Amino acid sequence: MSFFDLKGTLKPLTALKQFGKKPHTISYPKEKTEAAERYRGFHYNDLEECIGCGNCSTICQNKAIDMIKVEGIEGEKGDSGLRPRVDNGRCCWCALCVEVCPTGSLSLTRDYLYVSDDADTFLFVPGVDNPEGKNNLSFITDKEQSLNVFNRVPMPELEGMERVKSFAEVVLGYNEEMAREEASRCISCGLCTEVCPDHMHIPEYINAIATGNDEDAVRIIYDNNPLPEMCGKVCTRRCEDVCAIAVRGEPVAIRWLKRYATETAKTADITMEIVNPEIKEPNGYKVSIVGAGPSGLTAAYYLALRGYDVTIYEANAKAGGMTMYGIPKYRFPIDSLDKQIEYIEKIGVKIKYNTKVGKDISFEKLYKESDAVFIGVGFPQPWTLGIEGEDAKGSMQAVNFLHMVNSGEKVDIGKKVAVIGGGNVAIDAARVSARLGAEVTILYRRRVQDMPADWEEIEGAEEEGIKIVPQAIPVKIHEENGKVKAIEYQLAEMVPDEKGGRPRPVAIEGSNTIMEVDSVMGAIGQQGDYSFLEGEFAEKIQVERGRFKVNENQQTTDPKVYAGGDAVNRTADAISAIADGFRACKAIDAALAGKK
Amino acid sequence: MREKATTLYIGPQHPGITGNMMVRVKVEGDTIVKATTEVGYLHRAFEKLQEKRNWLQSFTLMCRFCVPETDPMEELYARAVEAIEGREVPERAKYIRVMVLELARLASFMLWYGGQNGSLGLYTMGQWSVGDRNYILDLFEELTGGRVYHMYIWPGGVRRDLPKGFEKRVLKTMDYLEKRLDDYDDLMFDNAIFKKRTQGVGIVDKDKAIEHGVVGAVLRGCGIKSDIRIDEPYEVYDKLDFIVPTQEGADIWARALVRRQEARQSIRIIRQVIDMMPGGPVYNKIPNPQKWRLPKGDAYVRVESVRGEVGLYAVSDGGLKPRRIHVRGAAYVHAITLLEDVLVGENIADVSAIMNSLGTCPPEIER
Repeated sequence: MSFFDLKGTLKPLTALKQFGKKPHTISYPKEKTEAAERYRGFHYNDLEECIGCGNCSTICQNKAIDMIKVEGIEGEKGDSGLRPRVDNGRCCWCALCVEVCPTGSLSLTRDYLYVSDDADTFLFVPGVDNPEGKNNLSFITDKEQSLNVFNRVPMPELEGMERVKSFAEVVLGYNEEMAREEASRCISCGLCTEVCPDHMHIPEYINAIATGNDEDAVRIIYDNNPLPEMCGKVCTRRCEDVCAIAVRGEPVAIRWLKRYATETAKTADITMEIVNPEIKEPNGYKVSIVGAGPSGLTAAYYLALRGYDVTIYEANAKAGGMTMYGIPKYRFPIDSLDKQIEYIEKIGVKIKYNTKVGKDISFEKLYKESDAVFIGVGFPQPWTLGIEGEDAKGSMQAVNFLHMVNSGEKVDIGKKVAVIGGGNVAIDAARVSARLGAEVTILYRRRVQDMPADWEEIEGAEEEGIKIVPQAIPVKIHEENGKVKAIEYQLAEMVPDEKGGRPRPVAIEGSNTIMEVDSVMGAIGQQGDYSFLEGEFAEKIQVERGRFKVNENQQTTDPKVYAGGDAVNRTADAISAIADGFRACKAIDAALAGKK
Repeated sequence: MREKATTLYIGPQHPGITGNMMVRVKVEGDTIVKATTEVGYLHRAFEKLQEKRNWLQSFTLMCRFCVPETDPMEELYARAVEAIEGREVPERAKYIRVMVLELARLASFMLWYGGQNGSLGLYTMGQWSVGDRNYILDLFEELTGGRVYHMYIWPGGVRRDLPKGFEKRVLKTMDYLEKRLDDYDDLMFDNAIFKKRTQGVGIVDKDKAIEHGVVGAVLRGCGIKSDIRIDEPYEVYDKLDFIVPTQEGADIWARALVRRQEARQSIRIIRQVIDMMPGGPVYNKIPNPQKWRLPKGDAYVRVESVRGEVGLYAVSDGGLKPRRIHVRGAAYVHAITLLEDVLVGENIADVSAIMNSLGTCPPEIER
């Protein structure tokens, strides 16, 4: 290099050619730069769409999001009532909260400028503190991009027309791989636990299944449900209705996962081995239970674990109540129920079969001999249709029909059957009739979408060739020689309810249709039979609108008597009965333990 | 007569544009006789934090390892996870990744131009190049939603597809930058001051480079041709046509020339990638992050960043979280052991110029 580099001294001066050009980065007067369309700025939350599941808070690795109560938003089924609050001092703008939001309510906006000397204002509730953010959304996650898995692992089932050939179980159950995959969809928000009448530990046992700890799952499940295999097969699963994933996709198959876990315990002995319950020393108290249905069995199981001497009195030859005699065996096989009853008996619950309280043993005797009594008698008596011709041969009650079929009796229903009603009993009766070789039609007074039956049951019935006639009100059963010949029904139109309830069906004059059938089955509901409460008990234990009057501890108006199941709650499903039983057990334990 | 030795502290407040670290130098007159590096001002324990976060959450920490060049770190993590899990990456995502990586490389060069010249008192260059870097950051903002921390390359692909017309805007920016690189030459490489201050300064010869395990432009600046993009091609680098420049000078000047040529190669690669980019999906979706487990196993992956080869070792014990993440960064060697060695015999005024030239990046050293 020469001492004096002329070129090297002059060349940099070419920079002067930039003189007078418009500057790239500074502008006068200052122009506001608009952020890009995908900019990751402040959060915005659609408060209506948000269900407060808290998945955003869980994924946030900076712990910048917490869930708080927001004024004007009340918790309800499937909505925790909480909304995310973001600490902008901690947020790193990774937007993972947006990617995992199951409802798609959370997004980021193009707003990025906020200046304040008050550090507390850095905590802000998206959507509440920036309602205008709605018009400035930028980073959003649609269903395709979302990190939630919206599609359920399909459940293997028997083919539609294959099913009606036998009473073989329709649902075949997940195998291990399927269960792990399905369980992995859960985001552990716990909205399900809130609506489960029994508040089962759903996220916990699903997590155990996802991690391959099936035995842990069984133990978690048995913590507050002694009939989980039954629930795993026939539960009304309100948990799935509120599943956070269901907002934009298919709910996690909570019921099928419970079924998978409990089926890994193949016998009562294995269940005993896995659950390995701690049975307390006998405490000398005696509890009698009327009815071996889900509520009675639950109360019995947990009382027995706590050292009580428990005896159940059951009128029928087998335990299980409606789950034994009401639910068809293709949904809930008998050995599956037997296994669970055997396990309950193993831990010390005594069940006296074929012993009807009020007939074989008086309620008074039970009452006097026991320290507490639990009544779980259910709703055994069906409502009648109240139309002409109901006494004809071939007209029967669906509940009675199912009872007979489940007891192994032969029932002659002929070739064509009409089932009246839209609940699970109606669908069960229809599908059982189809299995007995009949051509079945369901008549329901409202629309298909109004049917209280499980949608999967309705679909199952349709796949099995069962015809559903909606908006049909039966008016008369035609008979010939004292036998059912046909059913006459009127079509109905749906009239909006003035009080804001669901639309009412109103018969259309002259729309009468006569359908020839051999049997008619009524399935429009059941009621209780409390004739076993004689004398002073009929007064002491009050009944209100067909159901026992109980307090929040399942205690009736007689402090020593508790009640649960269908005879108490309006939801009339097994899981509510189990919850009643569990609650009653705790109350009885608290009341008696206090006496010591 | 021997001059009395004095100890001076350079840093820890940003010696040059590198980040917070300190060099303690013992000088006689203005010649350094001993240099000791002191780090610890930026330690955030990312590797340890990642052990407490699940596999997806960990991803958001990666880009913070090295501020001027975030994407190679994301790329490393994504590839390590993909290697352990055996997750396929859609073809289009691979091209997008290369485009993003090269854009990041360019942005990092721009910052280096500023730092290298700024440390010599030539500030105009810094104004220009950092201003031009903004155009690349605009592209990043449009593509990823973030300007500096992109969190864009993640396991399974990239987060979002290119916005409509994005390729055109990238090409337009490339045309502009290519022209600007000529302006930079006038101002920097033809500049007598720059030459005089850099030639023969901060020598890292072949022996020293091999002894210290030096990588990247520092290695290529002493004549050793080494580049992970060629030696162990990842994504689609094996399908691209580009050269790996080397220089023999082994001083700051030689390393600057290497980077000068590499910036042009990056533009060339970006043009090719956009030309060759296929259609299709950009993301092979991971399962529900809360329950996402990686199989037992480990993976070591490498990428070529602007500072040179960076490696990441990830271990999975079959759980929801990484058992161990370890990053082998270029800056650790360059700015701790090598720097202490190189500074001896140099002038105090050249310390930050040498630091810049070695690709010093304290956030990456400490992680």
